[in-house]
Amino acid sequence: MSPIIKVNNVSKYFKDIKAVDGLSFSINEGDIYGFLGQNGAGKSTTIRMLLTLIEPTSGEVEIFGMSLRTHRKEILRKIGAVIERPDLYKYLTAYENISLFAKMSGIKVSKARLMEQLEQVGLAERAHSKVKTYSLGMKQRLGIAVALVNDPQLVILDEPTNGLDPQGIADVRNLILHLSRHQHRTVLVSSHLLSEIELIANRMLIVDNGKKIVEGSVQELFDPAEMMVELQTTNAAKTAEAINNSYWKKYFQKQQQETFIFKMHKKEIPAFNNYLVSKEVEVLSIQSRHSLEDYFLSLTSANQHVQAFTN
Amino acid sequence: MYRLLQIELFKIFKRPRTYISFAAIAAMVLIIQLGLKFDGKSYLQLLMSGISDSFYVPYELILNGYLVAFVILNTLLIQVPLLIALVAGDVVAGEANMGTLRLLITKPVSRTELMLAKFAASVVYTVLLLTWMALLALFLSMLFFGTNDMLIARNEVMEQIGKNDILWRYTAAFGYAAVALSTVAALAFLLSVFAENSIGPIVSTISIVVVLTILSEMKIPLYDNTVKPYLFTSHMLAWKGFFYSKANSDGQAISGSIENLPAILRSLGILLSYIALFVSTAIVVFRKKDILS
Amino acid sequence: MLVKKFYLLIFLGSLSRIAFAQDASFLLQKVREKLNKVNDYEATGIMKTNVSFLKVPTAAVKVYFKKPDYLKIKNEKGISLVPKGAVSISLNNLLKGNYTALDVGNDMMDGRKIRIIKLLPQDENADIVLSTFYIDPDRLLVVKAKTTTRENGSYEVEMSYGKYAEYALPDTMLFTFNTKDYKLPEGITFDYDDGSKKKTQINPNSNKGKVEIVYSSYLINKGLPDAVFK
Repeated sequence: MSPIIKVNNVSKYFKDIKAVDGLSFSINEGDIYGFLGQNGAGKSTTIRMLLTLIEPTSGEVEIFGMSLRTHRKEILRKIGAVIERPDLYKYLTAYENISLFAKMSGIKVSKARLMEQLEQVGLAERAHSKVKTYSLGMKQRLGIAVALVNDPQLVILDEPTNGLDPQGIADVRNLILHLSRHQHRTVLVSSHLLSEIELIANRMLIVDNGKKIVEGSVQELFDPAEMMVELQTTNAAKTAEAINNSYWKKYFQKQQQETFIFKMHKKEIPAFNNYLVSKEVEVLSIQSRHSLEDYFLSLTSANQHVQAFTN
Repeated sequence: MYRLLQIELFKIFKRPRTYISFAAIAAMVLIIQLGLKFDGKSYLQLLMSGISDSFYVPYELILNGYLVAFVILNTLLIQVPLLIALVAGDVVAGEANMGTLRLLITKPVSRTELMLAKFAASVVYTVLLLTWMALLALFLSMLFFGTNDMLIARNEVMEQIGKNDILWRYTAAFGYAAVALSTVAALAFLLSVFAENSIGPIVSTISIVVVLTILSEMKIPLYDNTVKPYLFTSHMLAWKGFFYSKANSDGQAISGSIENLPAILRSLGILLSYIALFVSTAIVVFRKKDILS
Repeated sequence: MLVKKFYLLIFLGSLSRIAFAQDASFLLQKVREKLNKVNDYEATGIMKTNVSFLKVPTAAVKVYFKKPDYLKIKNEKGISLVPKGAVSISLNNLLKGNYTALDVGNDMMDGRKIRIIKLLPQDENADIVLSTFYIDPDRLLVVKAKTTTRENGSYEVEMSYGKYAEYALPDTMLFTFNTKDYKLPEGITFDYDDGSKKKTQINPNSNKGKVEIVYSSYLINKGLPDAVFK
């Protein structure tokens, strides 16, 4: 099965700044593909390149087996996207907005069909209110309705949960699952929240500083066998003593000041905890995270936080 | 393309600010008409000061709808560029500001088509605004002030045009003014591509038009001999040329004639060239632009 | 003997001069009488204005006259700019009051013998300082009049006669007058500069304007109300 999106060694320079650096990845048909990275990691830039908002400095993008450079219109006909905030025409109604974008997509849609699409996102009642009266959640839903108006094969959602409350986040999550499982669309979702990606994506890509950190199936990357465990205690010396010459030593990765880092299977964590207690080590916290790469991510963001404080 | 043009026009005419221009023109026209109705004679006395010593001047007859319309055009065509820039400067920058531009670009429509549709919509708006102005300035004036021959005070000569020889000139003049104002629209459109906010393009367009108009009209020899013929603002006044007639050897004005049609057509050509230049530059720049808004 | 002849010549000479002077007054009197036959008229004509700073189309005008010296030129269908001197050019105006007439000789015009007579108004406060009349003595018609005034400059009227010669009403009248310089500042006019060079030739006639009226018909002595001349 050939990939629906194939990004081959794409780079983007903005003057001297390398926003995206030799990025390659592919998305298969039917994927819910998670695109993960901190703010400024290059996610938005990459997505904008997929949507022809930005032109790559170098590299090739192929979508639906066609080169984006030469088959732009045919490709865009089959894509629907919500890019960052769902900005629509505030002085127009929801219906006018969706009708406008439907016409731009070159499809003939009837009023009934448009109202149906608004109905599907729960906006049918407010279809004729101006968008400026909408809440963020409603705008989000309208943005998605607009993205789906041309019945796209591929849906691209750039940070769709930004600014939403937990209910809103859950709604988006359910929508994505619905798009994939019941409507059989391919979905690309980007986020800086690992927890969200973990729940819905089947494959994912992590980027940092414009470079690929890791790409693979979520199952593999979030392998419970590979949990990073972060331990903080009141007495580092005592802790070190307890670990050395114990079963748990083999899982030890490194120590950063007062924090000890281990790599172990998820199901061993309770036993580990019990062991520490038995050795009278006073545990302040045990936190577990997935995989080394993810730990790398959290480390870099932690560093940045620390730097922010000390500068 | 027609579909895109319809969409762009829909967006322009759904915005309340578009109607401010129409209201502003109505207000300005009515203010001038009111002023002239109450004290037109003083204004005319100034205009006729060159001949009132040697001739009897029938002020009541001279102050007719055709003259009033000319006065209105003369005054307003300086202010109207602002109203044009208000819309033309917004069609790209405004969308960037609203955040809707990025959605437009992801539609299966070429950027060139989109830009042409946006510019065409600005031109349609300009023509509609001018038509509105024509209705108010000309037909309403004809209603309030009646019609008669028209006297035009140029700086070296006073022209008179017979009342049956006037309407076609106004039609041509408004047509020309549409092109002149479309040149302003094209400039605002070009500047709109470089900004993420419409204030910048609107203010820049007006500043440029004001500065160039000063260079064009202030009769400073340094500029007259060098840059003046190349500035588009020098050619925006050519609509007046439709009101200048030819004279025969006896010094009589020849009805239905135009003093210097080739000059007007040349000015028209220059304006059209500027429009082509501004719009094509805008499209070229926009095609390459990274949309970050 | 020679001296006697000399005195005789002088006597005869002075007699003839007196006769001449009387002749001039007599001629003017006859002309006046002829002019007086017309109490009023309404004339239809075409007016051509040839002034360096006016570019106006030929106009269909009506000229109204009523004794003693009411004259009005009207454009019934549009606007006409009537030169201020024109309304005082009626011959009756020129010939009214008391004046001293001087015969200054003869000339030929259009193959006719013309008498030239200068008039000096006796009224020192009159606007007219001097008039020169060119009169066709056979037809008792004034073919040209040059007038110098105190306040309104000097002007000239030239007339040719045809159908209405017996009423001393001309077919064509050419009125030449002085004009002031016309120039309006750019700040008022905002002219379209089409790039053509401005005509800056020094025209010796640039301070003179000409208005020509060609009359097509007169309605004579039909009675005209004063209101026409307001």
